[in-house]
Amino acid sequence: MKVSIYRYNPETDKEPYMKEYDIDTQGKDLMVLDVLNLVKEKDPTLGYRRSCREGVCGSDGMNMNGKNGLACITALSTVAPGVLEGRKPLILRPLPGLPVVRDLVVDMTMFYNQYEKVQPYLQNDTPAPAIERLQSPEEREKIDGLYECILCACCSTSCPSFWWNPEKFLGPAALLQSYRFLADSRDLATDERLSKLDDPFSLFRCRGIMNCVSVCPKGLNPTRAIGHIREMLLERGV
Amino acid sequence: MVTSVTSLGRNGLYDWLIQRVTALILGVYFIFTMGWLMTHSGVDYLTWKAFMGSLCMQIANTLVFFSVSAHAWVGLWTVTTDYITTLQFGSKATFARLTAQLVIALLTLVYLLWGLVMIWGGA
Amino acid sequence: MSIRTVTFDAIVVGGGGAGMRASLQMAQSGFKTALISKVFPTRSHTVSAQGGITCAIASSDPNDDWRWHMYDTVKGSDYIGDQDAIEYMCSVGPEAVFELEHMGLPFSRTEEGRIYQRPFGGQSKNFGEGGQAARTCAAADRTGHALLHALYQQNLKNGTQFYSEWYAIDLVTVGDKVAGVIACCIETGEVVFFKAKATVFATGGAGRIYSSTTNALINTGDGIGMALRTGVPVQDIEMWQFHPTGIAGAGVLVTEGCRGEGGYLVNKDGERFMERYAPNAKDLAGRDVVARAMMMEILDGRGCGPNGDHVYLKMDHLGEEVLHSRLPGICELSITFGHADPVKEPIPVVPTCHYMMGGVPTNIHGQALRLSGGHEGEAKQIDGLFAVGEVACVSVHGANRLGGNSLLDLVVFGRAAGLYIEDALRQGMEQAEPTADDLDRATARMRRWEDSTGGESVAELRNALQSTMQNAFGVFRKGDLMQDGVKKVAELRERIANGHLEDKSKAFNTARIEALELDNLLEVAEATAIAAEGRNESRGAHSRYDFPDRDDENWLCHSIFDPNTKKLGKRDVNFKPKTVDTFQPKVRTY
Repeated sequence: MKVSIYRYNPETDKEPYMKEYDIDTQGKDLMVLDVLNLVKEKDPTLGYRRSCREGVCGSDGMNMNGKNGLACITALSTVAPGVLEGRKPLILRPLPGLPVVRDLVVDMTMFYNQYEKVQPYLQNDTPAPAIERLQSPEEREKIDGLYECILCACCSTSCPSFWWNPEKFLGPAALLQSYRFLADSRDLATDERLSKLDDPFSLFRCRGIMNCVSVCPKGLNPTRAIGHIREMLLERGV
Repeated sequence: MVTSVTSLGRNGLYDWLIQRVTALILGVYFIFTMGWLMTHSGVDYLTWKAFMGSLCMQIANTLVFFSVSAHAWVGLWTVTTDYITTLQFGSKATFARLTAQLVIALLTLVYLLWGLVMIWGGA
Repeated sequence: MSIRTVTFDAIVVGGGGAGMRASLQMAQSGFKTALISKVFPTRSHTVSAQGGITCAIASSDPNDDWRWHMYDTVKGSDYIGDQDAIEYMCSVGPEAVFELEHMGLPFSRTEEGRIYQRPFGGQSKNFGEGGQAARTCAAADRTGHALLHALYQQNLKNGTQFYSEWYAIDLVTVGDKVAGVIACCIETGEVVFFKAKATVFATGGAGRIYSSTTNALINTGDGIGMALRTGVPVQDIEMWQFHPTGIAGAGVLVTEGCRGEGGYLVNKDGERFMERYAPNAKDLAGRDVVARAMMMEILDGRGCGPNGDHVYLKMDHLGEEVLHSRLPGICELSITFGHADPVKEPIPVVPTCHYMMGGVPTNIHGQALRLSGGHEGEAKQIDGLFAVGEVACVSVHGANRLGGNSLLDLVVFGRAAGLYIEDALRQGMEQAEPTADDLDRATARMRRWEDSTGGESVAELRNALQSTMQNAFGVFRKGDLMQDGVKKVAELRERIANGHLEDKSKAFNTARIEALELDNLLEVAEATAIAAEGRNESRGAHSRYDFPDRDDENWLCHSIFDPNTKKLGKRDVNFKPKTVDTFQPKVRTY
């Protein structure tokens, strides 16, 4: 099959280009990461991140035939019709909207900065009990669909608002984590968290485009989380 | 927390709420006016003028003008902060954005005043 | 060669659960702590841990006792786990787990609001007399992910200085003392000396020495490689756990929690064969026992699939609701990699390399040890070097680790090392001062690859190494096959020494990292091969056709592989817990 990969090495290339490879997959419905590994055996200069190869570490987020996702859990048959059969090339590009370090590797600093801004840690200054803090299954259920985020950046880098204002708009991933703590019955910093989200950019740049929802490899819904935060802000502000 | 001095409410929630409330006012006004037009066949200038000249409609029109202005300002301000940024315009972005915002603000204000004169000027 | 130096009180190499627990401890106390990780910390392999963290927190059973957990762990280790260390882990465990909860780890809950615990293999009540226990604390089937993220978040809060995507190349030693590490920034290629009074290895496992493994691609035994190259020995390195339920073909893990929640294994006749091998615990026997039983079914022609090369894990009888609430991640993985929806059909599984029980020998404070005066000598601490987590061998897992004990190991000993170093720093730790030669030695292998002009490619050599290990050092081992394996690994040492790194660019050069990782894979593979060939008995995960029985007379001990002589020595197992009676070796049945 034909694989077309975005290549850029800052030391040797003036500008990025697409490089074509011919890879023999023996007709198997491999994961895109398996294909990349085959390419790398032929051409070791290709750069990409990978770790767990099972969709839980979030290393190999990339743009595959126009859609962001994790290479390790995206089978060729699901990339686009015709890719598996070799009728269409597999086209791999780095996640959009972030500076490219090399080939498929992007600089995720801006993404992590936004994550850190939401104070992504439990805040509770009351003295801890000798055992765990109790939490009912119903309270615990509220953070399902939130804590599972793997920080792969597929969502934020598919969000036009994040493209336009990557330094001011927190982006879907960070906001999902913000709500993960707002929704946690054990966290007591609700008011402080909300007051940091009250400006016109941090949260309110979300236009409900919902690209984040359509690409999330873990099936999470940042748009809904953002909606919940907005409701909390409204309740507090009105 | 991102500070911004040029946004209408200086606050995201406030801007967001303004957008929604003004949209609601505009929506209701539009439906009501369309409804009136549909239930009154063969409306001529005089009936129209009488309808618009009633105190009720004068107040409604005033509300609508304020709503359009606020709605436009919040929306266009957002557009300028999305597209007229250093990503697209480099170091000239701040100047360009401020200029655009000034032009939009002035136009909005002019339209608003003009509208008020039309409604209350008694011409 | 001039090299930039950065100085810290302590550096931690590795950003998984153990490393981040250690760095958190020190950062909380205000010590200048750096954490070097070759991937962004939440992409470390701890993130893949599924089922949970085993610990007697007395939630599921209010009468649960850490001593019962200790008994299970000693028995699980096939009696070569150090009882003082196991005692420490099991007794301190609850405190360490409650701390995690206070940090925000989103554990699943019981109706009482306490942490949900599920049954896991090898767990019992009342020292094996009271039936199956449920002792594994779980956050659905994503406990590792939840734990790793909670720890990263706390490290952020407490100001640990992260060096993400930095790769540690080698230890800098001054005589017998450790002065820090040389590490390379993957993004820029810059090589820097990280100088610290304490260097903590938390580099995880090395499952990638096998071609089929549940381990992440990053599990290349970097800490073991660095230790061996500086003459630090490794202990019980022949002990590799094969997890019963790796998805056939893909190698991806499905948790033991599947069987804990009521799933079971069947052969091609639909028979629940574990009833024959472990009449009491059945599918929840020790992992080594279950893995061997599965292999025997397969070798006896009762495997499933067209090639009869796997068995089935059946869970459909548990119902959609249980599967989706308790094992949501497993359902995803099974559909993606096994092409089977557990709600409707069984998952094809096969024993797959999963965990390295051996590693750098340490005491309960994480201090690395070497044997003074040859390989039967006394254990002596190495100044400045600590090891925690999978890279370490404390030893709490002995010859076979129980499910859920790895996460406990990480947090208990990550924390213990942190506490110890804090204390030592307060009392004043010495900083070894390396000379230019010392630094030179630690950058030598990097220069070797940089200067290579021709030879075999890294991918080729790695594939050869992995298939050698897979064929000769799997679930069942045989003397002649292993001797052959040892020879092949020795040949590979020559070939790798002449291997070629074609791409010498600086910016995010993953080819260079893979070459450096290959050196480490080789070190681990060689130690494994020699140790496995040398242990003439079957114990725990080490199962030999030619020595099918446990030999307590000669081998109720740790093996110590000495990299200087490449010979296998022995070290006594600790049978002296401080507060309970010794658990005497017994025949191990489930």
